[in-house]
Amino acid sequence: MSRSILSARADFPILKETVNDHPLVYLDNAATTQKPELVLQAMDDYYRHYNANIHRGNHALAARATQAHEDARAKVARFLNAEDPKQIVFTRGTTESINLVAYSFGDAFIHEGDEVITTQLEHHSNYVPWELLCQRKGAKFREIPFDENGELNLEVFKNMLNERTRIVALNQVSNSLGTVNPVEEVIRLAHAAGVPVLVDGAQGVQHLGRDVQKMDCDFYAFSSHKMYGPMGIGVLYGKEKWLEAMPPFLSGGEMIDSVTSTKVTFNVLPFKFEAGTPYVAGPIGLGAAIDYLESFDLSELQAYEDGLLQYGLEQLADIPGVVIYGNPKQRSCIIPFNLEGVSAYDVGILLDTQGVAVRTGQHCTQPIMDALKIPGTVRASLALYNNKEDMDALIKGIHRVQKILKR
Amino acid sequence: MPTITEIEQSLIDDFAVLENWEERYDYLIELGQNLPPMDPELKTDDNKVHGCQSSVWFAIACKDEKISFQADSDSLIIKGIVAILEKLLSGQAAKDVENADLTIFNTLGLWKHLSSQRSNGVTAMLSHLKAAAILCQGKAAKTSSVDSEAGA
Repeated sequence: MSRSILSARADFPILKETVNDHPLVYLDNAATTQKPELVLQAMDDYYRHYNANIHRGNHALAARATQAHEDARAKVARFLNAEDPKQIVFTRGTTESINLVAYSFGDAFIHEGDEVITTQLEHHSNYVPWELLCQRKGAKFREIPFDENGELNLEVFKNMLNERTRIVALNQVSNSLGTVNPVEEVIRLAHAAGVPVLVDGAQGVQHLGRDVQKMDCDFYAFSSHKMYGPMGIGVLYGKEKWLEAMPPFLSGGEMIDSVTSTKVTFNVLPFKFEAGTPYVAGPIGLGAAIDYLESFDLSELQAYEDGLLQYGLEQLADIPGVVIYGNPKQRSCIIPFNLEGVSAYDVGILLDTQGVAVRTGQHCTQPIMDALKIPGTVRASLALYNNKEDMDALIKGIHRVQKILKR
Repeated sequence: MPTITEIEQSLIDDFAVLENWEERYDYLIELGQNLPPMDPELKTDDNKVHGCQSSVWFAIACKDEKISFQADSDSLIIKGIVAILEKLLSGQAAKDVENADLTIFNTLGLWKHLSSQRSNGVTAMLSHLKAAAILCQGKAAKTSSVDSEAGA
């Protein structure tokens, strides 16, 4: 039996904070979400009761910590509906997951004259690693443009795909515009051309479907900290055939099988990609975040978040002088806007004085801002603990900002 | 000409009489709007301050061992901050600019959070001014805008 989403707010101690003498209204969830008590307790419990280095210890604490770490891996595998836990590689976050693929897959499979396709809607973390890879290899870097609604132009994509295309990388949801991208369609088209696809799930995993077998993606990357888990831990899922064929990314302890001065053989998956002492508390916290997220029904969660998003968008659109960016068929939890003639920075600062936390600027998506010909936006982003009162506080805050800035 | 410390104290007093944050921001923005307009030709990429969330242009000049500068921003709040810097430091002796120990950005309750952020560019602008002030001393006349050696 799933819990009611309206009860979620009480699970997050930080939401009781006051900021600048106002109750905190936290609308910067696309940057990072807050953490529920369950996650805080799981990590506290680990450090208080069974902290140990894992995998090779032969004492009780090491065994317990190893078990918890590997249980968390199995939990992530189930959460993503991966075929096997060995396809789950723990990383520091989405950025490292993507870099792992760009370096390792890129090293093995991308050569001079090959092509890599990404999109104009990407966060720099799913753009720059490919751009640099192409520079290293003499490969061609191509991007699918977006249209006036903030949606990818798949006709252009179809024309881009060719026999030199080696990989396609795109996000499930744009962190700047909130566009839900047609990843399944992109994957179908790419696979028809024999090309693997990496999906950046950083803004999708906590709000949308994350069934990697249904999506049929070859790689899926996400960060724990944007889905109610701790910072510093992330996941790379990969299809086994690719992970087996790819060389290690980082090297050192844990990732080896045997070492001599002339020959190194590598450990099995996923350990081949996990050099060094891992961040044990990270997966444990992430596991708790998955338990937390799964205590709600996914379709109820989506309906709730979508209702809140539509309410916020409508209220904002009613304010004269507000410009909302993009109008995609499906948008997830992100409201990108500006006040006409006003710097986004000023809006952010003046909302903060009223206790409302939003993000302003380019959101690590300079190609999007260049295409829109704007220096940046204000971005309000939602999570499951936000409610109508938060939206109302944002709207009230905007009215006050306008009052102060209109002279 | 009043000293930097005297100007600073009078600005702090001006802000202190304002009762709430809205009035203080109002006053800050008013200061920004009264900032002398920047010569459009000085709004070059070289004169853009890095490390700010919004666009800030900043051109420093040195004449008779005195520092002056022109600046502009698309942010009304940052323009207000720039206006405070302008009131404090523009026209002052290079030596005094180099040695200025400003406390105003810590004492105005308005920006207890602003001053600790690198995003508003105050730190960057101050280090440009101080670098230019060092270069300005002992030189007969140098009227060019801030160049790469002053690092705008």
